[in-house]
Amino acid sequence: MTEKGEMIRVEKLNKSFGDLHVLKDIDMEVKESDVVVLIGASGSGKSTLLRCMNFLEIKNSGKVIIEGQTIEPNKDNLNKVRQKVGMVFQHFNLFPHKSVLNNVIEAPMMVKKLKRAQAEKEGRELLAKVGLADKADVYPNKLSGGQKQRVAIARSLAMKPEIMLFDEPTSALDPELVGEVLSTMKELAKEGMTMVVVTHEMGFAREVADWVVYMHDGKIVEKGKPADIFNDPKEQRTQDFLSSIL
Amino acid sequence: MPTFSHFLETLLSSYPVFFEGLWLTIRVTAVSILIAVFIGLLFALFKISKVKVLNWIANIYIAVIRGTPLIVQIFIFYFGLTEFNIPKFWAASIGLALHNGAYIAEIFRGSIQSIDKGQMEAGRSLGMSHTLAMRRIILPQAFRRALPPLGNQFIIGLKDSSLAAFIALPELFSVATTQGARTFDEMTYLLIVAVYYLVLVLIFTLLVNLLEKRLSASD
Repeated sequence: MTEKGEMIRVEKLNKSFGDLHVLKDIDMEVKESDVVVLIGASGSGKSTLLRCMNFLEIKNSGKVIIEGQTIEPNKDNLNKVRQKVGMVFQHFNLFPHKSVLNNVIEAPMMVKKLKRAQAEKEGRELLAKVGLADKADVYPNKLSGGQKQRVAIARSLAMKPEIMLFDEPTSALDPELVGEVLSTMKELAKEGMTMVVVTHEMGFAREVADWVVYMHDGKIVEKGKPADIFNDPKEQRTQDFLSSIL
Repeated sequence: MPTFSHFLETLLSSYPVFFEGLWLTIRVTAVSILIAVFIGLLFALFKISKVKVLNWIANIYIAVIRGTPLIVQIFIFYFGLTEFNIPKFWAASIGLALHNGAYIAEIFRGSIQSIDKGQMEAGRSLGMSHTLAMRRIILPQAFRRALPPLGNQFIIGLKDSSLAAFIALPELFSVATTQGARTFDEMTYLLIVAVYYLVLVLIFTLLVNLLEKRLSASD
């Protein structure tokens, strides 16, 4: 097997909010077309780690390396970096004043300066891909949570990112709507998208993840193949966590 | 008190003398509100800026304007600017604009800050700059949310334009007092001018409501 390229590397990453030390010396790497699932209790730092990867949170110390380039938030153009790193949020954060199609084409047109015709063509293809071709002209408030999240995924994909970050993408959904979002994500994984996913959906982690990372109290406790983590966790704290949720 | 028929008769027959004043009131109001919205937006952005100096400039401006009576501001403006030969129309318009701008700045600041911060994050995560996300994502939503209080402020601005009568700008209220003094029929003309303002405000309210309806397509 050929060596996969490195997409994200995090070295000795520390992040505090005031006195709260949220991330403690995190080391992690994500290779091309890997699906890495971050699990752990709330407050363990998984979302913060994810947000550090596209600089919505700025680390206090350590390194965040995107595709081999160490990003310095006060020197590098973060807008350029973020074009490569898409993000899907727990609460979708669709633009309520824009139709579904306009949500999707906003950034390609305004940031990448794509012509409207081209952006709309690509946008409609993406909406078809997430199964929402017929919702192009609808406003987000007319959609179900699952549909909103699929639009958010399409919107993110419209920038043709090389990495996708998912921050608890199904946590705000009614249980019956979780499946449609997860299957869209599975589809993406199958196509070889590099993904980092914070989730409580252990079924998804088991089935789709290449790596599962268990975090506790701002540290990575254990990282492994899903089969190993779920069937044979090495660390006591991982065992405790898994037995508490499974 | 004038009889109702006398009032009605005068109301209907006096419109030629009120016409100029009415037109002037509409112009002063429109110009001052337009400038006030720009000032308001600018100072709202100053106020939420990360740059401390801009915060301070906005705070001082708002504190001074809100802390002093409009009539005093208009007089200061008028007398302060006489040496520059500023026409009364502009003294009144700029005075009113600066006054309303301070209140509109607070309206905009509130509405901008009321937009969920996930909206800015979503924009930034798509590669937008802070300015672009502010312009394309935050401000359109904030403006819509600001419309009801903004409409209210516009109505206050319209009525406050009557204070320009005190620097002898011949707008609506000034016409009413002049006519009243000339005919010794003050009450009739005051009632008439009250009707003019009332009708203007009602028309304006209607327009704001229409705009709100049009902008709420996505609610």
